[in-house]
Amino acid sequence: MNVRVNEAEDPNSLTLRLGSGETLALESGARLDRLQIAYQTYGALNADRSNAILVCHALTGDQHVANDHPVTGKAGWWVSMIGPGKPIDTDRFFVICSNVVGGCMGSTGPASGNPETGEPYGTDFPVVTISDMVRAQKLLVDHLGIGTLLAVIGGSMGGMQVLAWASLFPERVFAAMPIATAAKHSAQNIAFHEVGRQAVMADPDWRRGRYRVEGARPVKGLSVARMAAHITYLSEPALQRKFGRKFQDRDAPTFSFDADFQVESYLRHQGITFVERFDANSYLYLTRAMDYFDLAADNGGSLAAAFARTKTRFCLVSFTSDWLFPTADSRQVVHALNAAGASVSFVEIESDKGHDAFLLEEPNLFATTRGFLDAAANARGVGKAGT
Amino acid sequence: MSTILPPDTLVRPDHRLVWNMIGEGTRVLDVGCGDGTLLDALARTKNVDARGIEISRGGVAACVAKGLAVIQGDADTDLADYPDDCFDFVVLSQTLQATHRPRAVLEQMLRIGRNAVVSFPNFGHWRMRTHLLIHGTMPVTEHLPDTWYNTPNIHFCTIRDFVELAEELKARIVRADALDAAGRAVGVQMPWWFWNLMGEQGIFWLARGEARV
Repeated sequence: MNVRVNEAEDPNSLTLRLGSGETLALESGARLDRLQIAYQTYGALNADRSNAILVCHALTGDQHVANDHPVTGKAGWWVSMIGPGKPIDTDRFFVICSNVVGGCMGSTGPASGNPETGEPYGTDFPVVTISDMVRAQKLLVDHLGIGTLLAVIGGSMGGMQVLAWASLFPERVFAAMPIATAAKHSAQNIAFHEVGRQAVMADPDWRRGRYRVEGARPVKGLSVARMAAHITYLSEPALQRKFGRKFQDRDAPTFSFDADFQVESYLRHQGITFVERFDANSYLYLTRAMDYFDLAADNGGSLAAAFARTKTRFCLVSFTSDWLFPTADSRQVVHALNAAGASVSFVEIESDKGHDAFLLEEPNLFATTRGFLDAAANARGVGKAGT
Repeated sequence: MSTILPPDTLVRPDHRLVWNMIGEGTRVLDVGCGDGTLLDALARTKNVDARGIEISRGGVAACVAKGLAVIQGDADTDLADYPDDCFDFVVLSQTLQATHRPRAVLEQMLRIGRNAVVSFPNFGHWRMRTHLLIHGTMPVTEHLPDTWYNTPNIHFCTIRDFVELAEELKARIVRADALDAAGRAVGVQMPWWFWNLMGEQGIFWLARGEARV
């Protein structure tokens, strides 16, 4: 097997390997020694080190944001957004994206070797949180010699990291752009995640998380988890437009449990391709991290307190058809930021593509991102592209 | 007050008047800021901390693309979240008549800002009066082209009505202007009744009763 083990241990990425002296203290109280952070960068850091933008990836994303993926060979997940002349313009900005701690693409996670046993951590890996991910990213940013990031930007779980960055290290974040996200995971979202985790753990090949050691792979469980989750990333109108009740390679029902419908075939494909590149235990850990996220609870019950006296400028974006992180979630953050006196922009973009809209061709998202980042860069005196 | 002329990008006469009222380096919230023309001019030429609220998605997108801090929202619901006194000026241009609770909106404006600048169409204008008198139907004019059943304007008032409301709220009228249909100022020395007849729109600079501008 396999590429995935190699990517977890020895990724096709830049890597930061911390010495044994530098431990990451986790929110749970556990500590991670010899932390490894896999990351990609695009563009060049300017002499003032003032043009760095950190991109935070979502649940099943990774650091390969604007280059071909080393496992799948597919284009990076945000190539439409990041590159020369694009909204996140790599001719002007230095873009960093790191695999989150708990991930499976080269940052320390359950697929990584446990230095104490030499075997993959599996479920011995400590539970990590969104703020743990952010603290790990901060170690990377420190090592890159960057003081204040020009911007931190991300959607969904990436948006949660953006909010956590702005709350934990406000002086390190000049501008923050949380997209299609929330300051806490809703009961409904926790419920969906629990379905996914149970699907993974119900697979006999999960082996209580020791599948790597025992040479098995819970592909069925993980792919069912992905199928269920994928439905939540789309909207009903998008599913209807794309598939309707159309049959897959046939003209009539087969009166069987074959994938008669195109939508079934599509979901099965989504499940199968996902397991090729993702670690089942990572899926458990990262969904858990999202479930635990509640920024108000971390600040005495007041979301506004999470952003008290912040100087960071914010731009929030939601999408009309996103029912996983609906506009009301973003609006709650906007209200808290207003109460904190923060500089905040908020736009709800009309789209019928559901939660996934943030990853797709959305001209209004591109225009908003470009306008917000350019204004932030100008305010900070970052030179224009090519100057 | 500034004697410098507003930038040429500001073409609306009410915008030019409001621009004149706003002090250098102040904190300004423009409620119903549209595509951000006024805020952008203020940010560029008066170094104000410019914030906005706009109901239309297109308007907000245009503002953010200009680099303005604007949220999608509306005057009726989104002013309540701001803490007291967080702005020097809260501007409401041609929007009061479209709010559900104009009095509450004005109160909120004067709570979160030391000053409020409000412009609104004057339903006491002679054209309105003669239209109603002669035709007996709700007036439809060049500047208010909607029919009664599809207008977003649900709370029309006259200049006199507005003055009464300001008094009820114990707001001090720092400055008032009336503009005629061509956007020219109606004689400054004239009494209220004249403004109420000749002004097509009123522009009021209010301050909290106790405040000194």
